[in-house]
Amino acid sequence: MAYPAWFYLPAAVVYGVLFIAPTFASFYFSLTRWSLFDQEFIGFGNFVQFFQEPALVTGLTNTLIYGPITSVAKVVLGLLLALLLTSQIQGRGWLRSVVFFPVLVSTIGVGIMFQALMDPRDGAINRMLGVVGINGPGWLTNPDLALYSVALVDVWKGVGLATVIYIAGLVSIPREYIEAAAVDGASAWQRFWHVTVPLVRPATNTVIILSLIGGLRTFDLIWAMTRGGPGFTSDVIASVIYKQYQAGFYGLSTAGNVVLFVIVSAIVVPLAWWLNRRQVEY
Amino acid sequence: MTLRPTTGHRLLAVAALTPLVVLAGCGGDSDPEGAGSGEEVTEEVDVSFLVSNSESEVQTAEALAEAFNEEHPNITVTIETRPGGSEGDNIVKTRLATGDMTDIFLYNSGSLLQALNPEQTLTPLGDQEFAGRLDDAFVQSASSGDNLYGVPWRTAMGGGILYHIPTYEELGLEIPLTWEEFMENNRVIAEETDKAPVIQTYEETWTSQLFVLADFHNVLAEEPDFAEQYTANEAKYATSDAAIRGFEHLEQVHEEGLQNEDFASAGYADGVRMVATGEGVHYPMITQAIGEITANHPEQANDVGFFAQPGDDPDSNGLTVWSPHAVYLPQSTEGADRDAALMFMDFVASPAGCEAQTEALGQPSGPFAVEGCTLPDDVPQAVKDMQIYFDEGRTSPALEFLSPVKGPALEQITVEVGSGIRSAEDGAALYDEDVRKQAQQLGLEGW
Repeated sequence: MAYPAWFYLPAAVVYGVLFIAPTFASFYFSLTRWSLFDQEFIGFGNFVQFFQEPALVTGLTNTLIYGPITSVAKVVLGLLLALLLTSQIQGRGWLRSVVFFPVLVSTIGVGIMFQALMDPRDGAINRMLGVVGINGPGWLTNPDLALYSVALVDVWKGVGLATVIYIAGLVSIPREYIEAAAVDGASAWQRFWHVTVPLVRPATNTVIILSLIGGLRTFDLIWAMTRGGPGFTSDVIASVIYKQYQAGFYGLSTAGNVVLFVIVSAIVVPLAWWLNRRQVEY
Repeated sequence: MTLRPTTGHRLLAVAALTPLVVLAGCGGDSDPEGAGSGEEVTEEVDVSFLVSNSESEVQTAEALAEAFNEEHPNITVTIETRPGGSEGDNIVKTRLATGDMTDIFLYNSGSLLQALNPEQTLTPLGDQEFAGRLDDAFVQSASSGDNLYGVPWRTAMGGGILYHIPTYEELGLEIPLTWEEFMENNRVIAEETDKAPVIQTYEETWTSQLFVLADFHNVLAEEPDFAEQYTANEAKYATSDAAIRGFEHLEQVHEEGLQNEDFASAGYADGVRMVATGEGVHYPMITQAIGEITANHPEQANDVGFFAQPGDDPDSNGLTVWSPHAVYLPQSTEGADRDAALMFMDFVASPAGCEAQTEALGQPSGPFAVEGCTLPDDVPQAVKDMQIYFDEGRTSPALEFLSPVKGPALEQITVEVGSGIRSAEDGAALYDEDVRKQAQQLGLEGW
């Protein structure tokens, strides 16, 4: 039995007012010089300006470094942790909660905590390195290192979610395949590479897509830890946009968001299609 | 770019949000005396007042509200706080645009005021009686078009170098009148002591801008019409020999290794501590830091002196000055609230108001912009040092009070130049690029 079409109305109104309308309004405002008090239509001026933004090249490069490395690290570490946590080890349930725990903590809280831990002189990390005679680097103040330090914390915080997705993927693989391979004389490595990895691919795809989207539009952790600094050296696109918004360039930052939307879609949509096509069906 | 400390004393902010005790007292039939500029207000009125959450700002606002309430028991001023820095700018702009602003609010004068569209959002005050009591330089920086929009908050500030007097005495150093002499002093300090010659605190990025901003007196000495040309898109930092000097100073100090070792991770409070205790000898800063020194290091308050940032020519040595912030009245405040707010503003711009502010702060950090307000006799050494420049007329306003053009990214650029990530030339050129956006947003001619 089909419900009458007007049953959709309440949901459509909510969706329209809260999602569709702002989205189209932002497309419009991205074409204006907008000070909140008044706006002036300037065509594609904001987009031209945005692409001339000196910090944009750094931001774009950093985004394209940050997204993939955090994504790959989460895939590899998540899979390894999941293998460990699905094997017969002691305290498995407890360890699973420990690995997942950082996911539950507020990102800003994590950022501020690691900012303190990574302080070059008084931070716990460099103090510990000092005990064994290593002169620790300025994790967040060295321009060559700052972005990677933040990425490291991002992985620490996000790997728990990847692990949980992988655990679900691993336990759904029927034991028979692995036992059959073992009977055929496959080594542990061969069983892992030729049986487990292909069969866990749906989980891998989910982890890649989720972490890549998260990495490409990352903002909160970077802002809490370095504010894009020192200087502009750890700026990503989202922090460049946020700074424009803070400076009161509302039209310009809206244009930046449209660009970010396009970039994320341009990377993620084809990737999702490609990953799903390669999914193996046994 | 503008200097705004963003001390995040959250607890204090929460405490400040707690409404002040309402001294209902004699209530509606009171007949407050004093020079109210609007209509006299006799009913119970509550005036909300938005300030930033920095400790000293909240303290001052509370002291003013209390002193005012004693004179006008029917009017209660309630303090609200907002974050400092760009985050706070955003809140002010958004609340003004939506007509949701408090009855009065505190904000920068100069170029940041222009970004608020005062003609459309604020009430002009030029016809008020208190307008006649204000210092001309302040009136200029709190005006847009021909209209005055604010009354001065606290005092004017100087931008220059705070220095540790005992170290100077120990090494027999002289106050430098040129940049070369300044660098010579730095080299002597580096050789003879293990103190940091120049303190830099890039954890709080706004503190990195001083060498550039406080050099403006020297820029004007060489190019008197720099500000006008700058506004008209004709003069640039990168191509003006005088203006690029500030960026070069910053670069030179880093290249010669004269900064404190932890310059990248130290913050404003560290810098203040270092110059007060003599861990470092020179701290380029605005004089509001004197208030922090007297509050947090009272024993060392007279160990810290102050001199203007030296330029090339000893004869034109002088100080770059920041106008006081101001209290503004948005157009959305009407009726009795508006009249009560005007009475409060009249009080802020009066000798009694100055006194209340001085009491709250411990020490003023520069001269007041209100006629009849005087500094107490026992000001700390650094304030006396600064007063000399005012008395001798050797001052110039900072660029942000002469031109509405300023870029939002100067503090990141100066961090890069001061950390050796970017060259001085490159930094100056990047800043020229950065200001273009602001000029276009303001709709200035020639951009």
